[in-house]
Amino acid sequence: MTKAISIAGLHKSFGRTRALDGLDLGVETGEVHGFLGPNGAGKSTTIRVLLGLLRADSGAARMLGKDPWHDAVELHRRLAYVPGDVELWPGLTGGEAIDLLSRLRGGGRALDKRRRDELIERFDLDPTKKGRAYSKGNRQKVAIVAALASDAELLLLDEPTAGLDPLMEVVFQDVIFEAKAAGKTVLLSSHILAQVEKLCDRVSIIRLGRTVQSGTLSEMRHLTRTTIEAETERPATGLDALPGVHDVRTEEGGRVRFAVDGAHLDGAVRALTGFGIRSLVSHPPTLEELMLRHYGDELASNAANAANAANSGSRGGRGEAR
Amino acid sequence: MTTAPGTGTSHHSPSSTRTPTRTRALAGVGALVRFGLRRDRVRLPVWILALFAGTLATAGNYRTLYADPEDRASIATTMNSPAGLAMTGPRHYLDDYTFGAMLGHQMLGFTAVLVGLMSVLTVTRHTRAEEETGRAELVRSTAVGRHAHLAAALIVAALANLALALLLALGLSGLGVGSVDTGGSLLYGFAHAAVGLVFAGTAAVTVQITAHARGASGMALAVIGAAYVLRAAGDAGGDGGDALSWLSPIGWAQRTYAYVDDRVWPLLLCLALAVLTAAAGFALSTRRDVGAGLRAARLGNAAASGALSRPLGFALRLHRGMLLGFGAGLLLMGAMYGSILGDAEDMLKNIEQIQEAIEEIGGATVAESFASIVMIVISVVAAVYAVMAALRPRSEETAGRAEPLLATGLSRARWAGSHLAVATAGGTALLLAAGIGFGASGAASTGDGALFGKLTVAALAYAPALWVTSGLTLALFGWFPRAVAAAWIVPVYAFVVGYLGQLLQFPDWMNNLSPFGHIPRLPAAEFDWTPPVLLTLLAAGLVWLGLAGFRRRDLETK
Repeated sequence: MTKAISIAGLHKSFGRTRALDGLDLGVETGEVHGFLGPNGAGKSTTIRVLLGLLRADSGAARMLGKDPWHDAVELHRRLAYVPGDVELWPGLTGGEAIDLLSRLRGGGRALDKRRRDELIERFDLDPTKKGRAYSKGNRQKVAIVAALASDAELLLLDEPTAGLDPLMEVVFQDVIFEAKAAGKTVLLSSHILAQVEKLCDRVSIIRLGRTVQSGTLSEMRHLTRTTIEAETERPATGLDALPGVHDVRTEEGGRVRFAVDGAHLDGAVRALTGFGIRSLVSHPPTLEELMLRHYGDELASNAANAANAANSGSRGGRGEAR
Repeated sequence: MTTAPGTGTSHHSPSSTRTPTRTRALAGVGALVRFGLRRDRVRLPVWILALFAGTLATAGNYRTLYADPEDRASIATTMNSPAGLAMTGPRHYLDDYTFGAMLGHQMLGFTAVLVGLMSVLTVTRHTRAEEETGRAELVRSTAVGRHAHLAAALIVAALANLALALLLALGLSGLGVGSVDTGGSLLYGFAHAAVGLVFAGTAAVTVQITAHARGASGMALAVIGAAYVLRAAGDAGGDGGDALSWLSPIGWAQRTYAYVDDRVWPLLLCLALAVLTAAAGFALSTRRDVGAGLRAARLGNAAASGALSRPLGFALRLHRGMLLGFGAGLLLMGAMYGSILGDAEDMLKNIEQIQEAIEEIGGATVAESFASIVMIVISVVAAVYAVMAALRPRSEETAGRAEPLLATGLSRARWAGSHLAVATAGGTALLLAAGIGFGASGAASTGDGALFGKLTVAALAYAPALWVTSGLTLALFGWFPRAVAAAWIVPVYAFVVGYLGQLLQFPDWMNNLSPFGHIPRLPAAEFDWTPPVLLTLLAAGLVWLGLAGFRRRDLETK
């Protein structure tokens, strides 16, 4: 497979603020790639560099084999973009805005009117309303329809469903699956972890303008702790001493909970067997936990005065709550 | 408002049932006034000090320029023409042309326009602009009454006007010029405030009508323009024929005859109109929703037309409203000036002395020399459009609306270029509209058919100066996007030098700094190809520079 997007060591500063600090990103052709990170991590900046709207200070970025800054217009004909905060022209209707964006992108190609109307229908959008009359969610739909009605081979989606209701979220996921089936590449920046878990083949997590982890979800899970909840015939003891086991908590009735590193799962389960397993529930780490693993220290320092919550303990607690 | 039935009409209802309703509607106004003053802590003092310093400097200038009584008598004779009166004020000031009378005659009408502008922008900024951005909604969700925003905006504008009035009164009476006495200075200062209040009230109405701050201030500015044109047309008619001036608040202020007769009562007309318009604003505001205008939003086309999907067609669509508004305004303005052209000639034919004076200035006929002065005003109004239109890419950029377009197959140069094309072609079309209006009605009022062509060409001759203005705006946009508002200097400077420069006799080099100063003063002067060609080349260079800058900088995103 060839890379649709490859970024290495990207830097971008705004005045004294460092938005990107050596970011790396690789997106394979035909995959849906999740782009995760807290607010201000540099996700939108990265996407805008890819769009040639911002000029990187240093580092290499290639998209579809071209330079995003120099070949911007040429690249734009092959991609579609949905910004996270869609602003429309107050005097133009949603339908007009969709046509405008699609035709300007097309570079002469005819707009697929059937596809456009079908998407308007599926997203339950009224195309005759003026831009000023739309709510945030409806403005977002206009941008989504304009992007997906095109036959672009690459979709850059920057928190595309912020403001959409859960029903529309389902429609959006269907449409992305269709795009993937049609062989399109998608870079999806999102805060909605369930969305990313469902849609994305691979994920990159960034923080403070730097990539902290990248890979498939199963790869990431392997690197992270699984939560085990078990009921045993005899009280399970000595689990604390096992390598890679954390946060052991024994409850009444022989129930035990603990978190175990992916590499030591086998040993921990073997040890449990010795006490006679009655029931066993294992929670793979959720994306939230993956995220928290990278941002946990930040959160912890923010909540340093929450004295009783030891850093690891609070993580375990969150996992169980799910 | 939730006034109980009957409480509004019953004069005898105890105050306890009325007061709560009123205080509820105005709740939070004190905090909003303080907030408004805090937000405008730089803006308003700059306005006030600039107007104050400008007036004081002019008064000082008079002393050096017209030291001798003969000088003053001679300038009074020059002023005593329709052109001179249209530019300044009513003829009555000329009877005894002291320094004070000169100030009231030449400066009052001019600064009143700027005071009006300050008031309109202040009111719009604190009302409609707040609603448009959604900030008002956040504020209104707290314990703030429904009339508090408008009331606070009007109070802030009133305080600014009051400060200016007091400053002018103090500063002018402290100058120690004989005819500029304390009583006259007080009246002179408060004449400004009274006009400012009228236009603050006007803005209170226009912000209710449209849902957009830009449209609301545009409408109010059109009212200021109309008030100025009415007084110009009226005053040009001389002593007996100034009925039109009595329709204009600026005309009222000038008819206080500060430093001459010191009449206070015309200001009462202003105050009455200010109260009336403000009350209308409050009343209209209860008939609409927060964030909406008085006109309900209409549905539009579900699909874009072919023209709309091309960059130029799209830019034209965005500029359409403003272009049509300016076009209608300039056509009317031209027609209005044209209609007094005939009177101007008749009136002056009888006065041989003035005829000679004007021929000395270089005009073929009285009408033509008057027309060449009107052209300055017309070209400055068109330049205001040229700047506003060329600023559009910047406002699209900061609003986040450029981003999705520039993520399509549309290049930056084509996007900015299409806006610039509309700005330059639109500005030229505006000159044409004004020239046609002026020419047609001028030809009719003088009976000289040749004037139609002459005046149209005279207006169009200013097109290269407009292109330079738009080009400069684009160059700023490309290289110093945050300082793009500096482009306003061009029309303001052109107005001050082209208009006031004639009165105050500025040195030539000041005139030469303005692109408008290089345009041959048609129809009075001969046409010369060199300046327009050079200006066109300069404009092309600025456009090239601007596009080059825009291509290499970051797009500003939200």
